[in-house]
Amino acid sequence: MNFDLTEERQMLQDSLRRFLRDKYDTATRNKILESDAGMSTEIWTGLAELGVIGALFTEEQGGFGGKGFDIAVVFEELGRAGVVEPFMDTAILAGGLIADLGNEDQQAHVEEIIGGGLQLAFAHGEPASRYDLNRVATTAKAEGDDIVLNGRKAVVINAEAADILVVSARESGEPGDDAGISLFLVPADTKGITLQGYALLAGGRAAEVTLDDVTVPASARLGEAGKALPAIEARIATANVALCAETLGAMETACDLTRDYLGTRKQFGRPIGTFQALAHRMADLLIEMEQARSAVILAAGHLEDDRASRERHVSATKNLMGRAGRLVAEDSIQMHGGIAMTQEYELAHIAKRIVMADHRFGDTDHHLERFIDFAAA
Amino acid sequence: MDLSYSDEERAFREEVRAFLDEKLPKELSEKIRKGEELGKEGQERWHAILNEKGWLAPNWPKEFGGAEWNAVQRHIFEEEAAAAHAPRIVPFGLSMLAPVLQKFGSKEQQDYWLPRILSGEDWWCQGYSEPGAGSDLASLKTTAVRDGDHYIVNGQKTWTTLGQHANMIFCLVRTDKDVKQQEGISFLLIDMDTPGVEVRPIVLLDGGAEVNEVWFTDVKVPVENLVGEENKGWTYAKYLLTHERTNIAGVGFSQAGLSAVKRLAKSEMAGGKPLIENPHFAARVARVEIDLMAMSTTNLRIVSKAAAGTAPGVESSMLKVKGTIIRQEINDLARRAAGVYAMPFASEAVEGSNLALPDPLNAGPVAAQYFNNRKLSIFGGSNEIQRGIIAKTMLGGGK
Repeated sequence: MNFDLTEERQMLQDSLRRFLRDKYDTATRNKILESDAGMSTEIWTGLAELGVIGALFTEEQGGFGGKGFDIAVVFEELGRAGVVEPFMDTAILAGGLIADLGNEDQQAHVEEIIGGGLQLAFAHGEPASRYDLNRVATTAKAEGDDIVLNGRKAVVINAEAADILVVSARESGEPGDDAGISLFLVPADTKGITLQGYALLAGGRAAEVTLDDVTVPASARLGEAGKALPAIEARIATANVALCAETLGAMETACDLTRDYLGTRKQFGRPIGTFQALAHRMADLLIEMEQARSAVILAAGHLEDDRASRERHVSATKNLMGRAGRLVAEDSIQMHGGIAMTQEYELAHIAKRIVMADHRFGDTDHHLERFIDFAAA
Repeated sequence: MDLSYSDEERAFREEVRAFLDEKLPKELSEKIRKGEELGKEGQERWHAILNEKGWLAPNWPKEFGGAEWNAVQRHIFEEEAAAAHAPRIVPFGLSMLAPVLQKFGSKEQQDYWLPRILSGEDWWCQGYSEPGAGSDLASLKTTAVRDGDHYIVNGQKTWTTLGQHANMIFCLVRTDKDVKQQEGISFLLIDMDTPGVEVRPIVLLDGGAEVNEVWFTDVKVPVENLVGEENKGWTYAKYLLTHERTNIAGVGFSQAGLSAVKRLAKSEMAGGKPLIENPHFAARVARVEIDLMAMSTTNLRIVSKAAAGTAPGVESSMLKVKGTIIRQEINDLARRAAGVYAMPFASEAVEGSNLALPDPLNAGPVAAQYFNNRKLSIFGGSNEIQRGIIAKTMLGGGK
């Protein structure tokens, strides 16, 4: 057993933390939040140059990391600073699927992704699918050498900025069937794609994506026909490790801010942290932080396991982070009082990142059920 | 002990229902249902409709133009109004300032200000909290110095709800620095149009701008705007806080919120079935509903006792704590129910533009409401302050 970061990961953590501390303060980030694009190209490029995207891909894929702990290190730092740029969507989800399943031509995109020159989005969830990965109703029909896509994708994050969409669609079967789902690389300017874009509460942008007779060549298919679900599930597991690490980083910031505030804010002539009611609550948060840190280590360390072990650990972690995250976000706001309700105070954004993470890739209850299913199997 | 409503009470409920059915404008109830802001005009419109009916001031004595309803009537109205998605009446003039004026104001003040509250001529806001005086309200620093026929006011108030719409503010100000904190505070009525008053909006974490900072620089306030005696303001402030408690449990809000959660969970699909049939989600809803049933009864017990002549004391602190926990839990359920569609930022909807949200469930800005209602356990005396009051009263000497 060894719980220390490797030297490479430690260096990555240090340089990433330094970069974000210097270039991503509250005022800068809040300007990005209010901008039309909802993200900063300068930050994106700067972080790509720092090697942040490369750390999310394995050596065979052209990167220099890609393991659970590489991903956790990067995302914990992104979470600590409340970064809203779409590393999850471009690199982990869409980019990861291209690296996992792509043929030689398709994999050529990975280099561009790592360099920071390509934006992607994963168009998978649908209005009626909630957190179920197999509930794909969008259809893919072969017409000669072409594939024609029809359907609607829900809350596709980074869709407006994306150069290419990775779209899931069903070639056979019914929504809810595991078999029959395929993935396609669809250039964003393909005829028949309509986006209805909007800002997200916790930062960044998403869109409803309508696919109306979108025609792509059969060579746009990513991986084998009808067999994409296992790869999607494994990628969502990776995404959950990233998201849980990001949430952990955000929780650290929330706790740091709260601890500082309890020490400096005075009411009734003394620092409010000297009131036992608040001191004990803070102690509970710090206990939950250690639980959360261990949960993220568990998920990251089991990400390369077989499916049953991987999914069981990931679901355990996502469930715990949902519970601990809610407690930390709500109690941090409560102990601050009104100041934490204001947009310009750092905790406001951080608390939103923490709570809204429960709405991606399965919430607390979804993963409780999944944990039970995989424990019984 | 009898839990059934009397014939008169049932008839009253029918009367309320018929009134809401006939007089509540659909544009307003639709906005409330969707969690949108009404804006000043919408608020004033509903205010006028209730005033015309004589139902605007349910807890005022009849001599001042109130309805003088008993606890059960108020409870019935609140339930029906919430179920019909009626707007909440802005409380600052009607149920906060008015009881103070009725009890401590001069005859001239009552005759002048109370009718203007009913007619809607004045929109009042509250100047209590300051940046350095939140839970420790008595440490407030805004000063009022007597200068002939005027007070000169200097300082800063914060968290002033809907101050952007108000033309009048009632303030706690320091008139004596050399005595115990609580004994140097006065209760002053200030015209917001006076030179030296400045309102600055505070953007909240849900994107809304419902609260403000209010700055006072050498603001001249006529001495006749002092309520009661100089340096007795703390007594009036406490009176205001304990008597603005008829609706503190928010039973109606919680009932309406829980219905909305159930509607949402019937249309949202999870695993191919309506979410409401998911045992984990159903259990979450059931737990809150059980708590709400009991709390609603506690509320009736306490409010009817108060109506019989006992001032609500520690019980109102209990209702505040439990009521806000339940309301926040319901906000949490709504956010969970909406799933991925909780993520869109619905500030456009909050501000009342026509941008349709992409949400097929029409869940509205549930996550924004979840964050906005974190305020419930912070304002009006935080839940920690309320627990302190309960402990001090019941155990003696607790902090």
